[in-house]
Amino acid sequence: MTTPTRGFFGRRRERDPRLPPGQYDVGADWPVLTAEPTPRIAPETWSISVDGKVANPISWTWDEAHRLPGSEYRGAIHCVTTWSKFDTWFAGVSVDTLLEAAQPTDDAHFVMATSKTGYTTNLPLEDVTGGKAWVVWDFDGKPLPIEHGGPVRLLVPHLYFWKSAKWVTRLTLMTRDQPGFWEQNGYHDRGDPWREQRYQGDD
Amino acid sequence: MTEPELLGPGLLGPGAKRAPAGGWRTATVASVEHPTPRAVQLRLDVPDRIDHLAGQHYVVRLTAEDGYRAQRSYSVASAPEDRQVELFVERLEDGEVSPFLADGVQAGDRLEVRGPIGGWFVWDGESPALLVGGGSGVVPFLAMLRHARTLGRTDLLRIAVSSRTLVELPYAMELMEAGALIVLTREPYGDRAAARLMGDELRALWTPEQTAYVCGSARFAEAASQLLVDVGVPDHSIRVERFGPSAA
Repeated sequence: MTTPTRGFFGRRRERDPRLPPGQYDVGADWPVLTAEPTPRIAPETWSISVDGKVANPISWTWDEAHRLPGSEYRGAIHCVTTWSKFDTWFAGVSVDTLLEAAQPTDDAHFVMATSKTGYTTNLPLEDVTGGKAWVVWDFDGKPLPIEHGGPVRLLVPHLYFWKSAKWVTRLTLMTRDQPGFWEQNGYHDRGDPWREQRYQGDD
Repeated sequence: MTEPELLGPGLLGPGAKRAPAGGWRTATVASVEHPTPRAVQLRLDVPDRIDHLAGQHYVVRLTAEDGYRAQRSYSVASAPEDRQVELFVERLEDGEVSPFLADGVQAGDRLEVRGPIGGWFVWDGESPALLVGGGSGVVPFLAMLRHARTLGRTDLLRIAVSSRTLVELPYAMELMEAGALIVLTREPYGDRAAARLMGDELRALWTPEQTAYVCGSARFAEAASQLLVDVGVPDHSIRVERFGPSAA
């Protein structure tokens, strides 16, 4: 165990069991962290494609995506900068629904999510299947604000939130893992908050 | 089918060289200063240090007796060639880590740190850059400015910094000496009236070869990056680093 820091007691003695290690509850706030200017994206110009290692490369417009069976997530999100936010409510479509139509091939093991801005993040395929990932356009029953990734973002709430690519427009299935944007810049390839996989080299 | 092309505009492509990164180290606090009313400047001796790129950050992790931990990220103000790592931390009144760093740390204390981290918000020492900082968002630009001085290439940097008042501006003297545009929102500065940063001011500093770096609170970073877009700076030439609560 680490040596204690002289004189540090910390503020919170009662840890919320929903908080992963090293995280704090940000409360009602929702910090905005992005590496580029906020783009201006009209829903009519947005689409989502699934390509790469799939039998049936496919894409949906805004209207087409909204006609897919809806799905929602209620729960916590965790940012690597150490804030967590509880009781969020997102709605959109399950990534399972998109992959069902695209049919990943047997050698597909990883996914690269790409945003309209060019931002990328990589994920193991098993982290976006089985009801664990969504493409979402509503937050708290209202359209997702642009600074939070609207009109549409990826949502993978069991991983650190940089994996939930804002302004997502493409999911590319891959055989081999490749680092995305933050992953090339020192952050972990998987990013499990319960294992504190923040940076490259964390277990 | 071949692996698809994933390179986005302005972003590092897959397989690009990863940025330098270091593991956890136990640093020794060499000095503690309070250069502005709400901030602390810590200089750290970091054993087995990995040299950072100007603009990268470090994580500081505090551990209580019972094992409770809290950690936060802070930009490095020192140049890579500095033998110490200098952090500048603004005291957030309701914060958990910054008040401890500001009030509880003395020279000789040991601090767990990890760095450098981040490879996007960095300056290569060779390319023209426009640096736009708000409040303690100027800190990574000090690393860039100091590195440019070592290289004899301060001509590559144009700097605009914004603060409520001059006494609250981190590294005010050093930025003034470097010829930075000083924007004060609550008091006049020279013959400039108190006002927020304006597009015309950025237009005067902008040249098409530059990469623009914007760092500050979420509100400042959003406003400044949109000003740059309105001035005509392409999105892919703008790198943004934001911190703090969404409404700060």
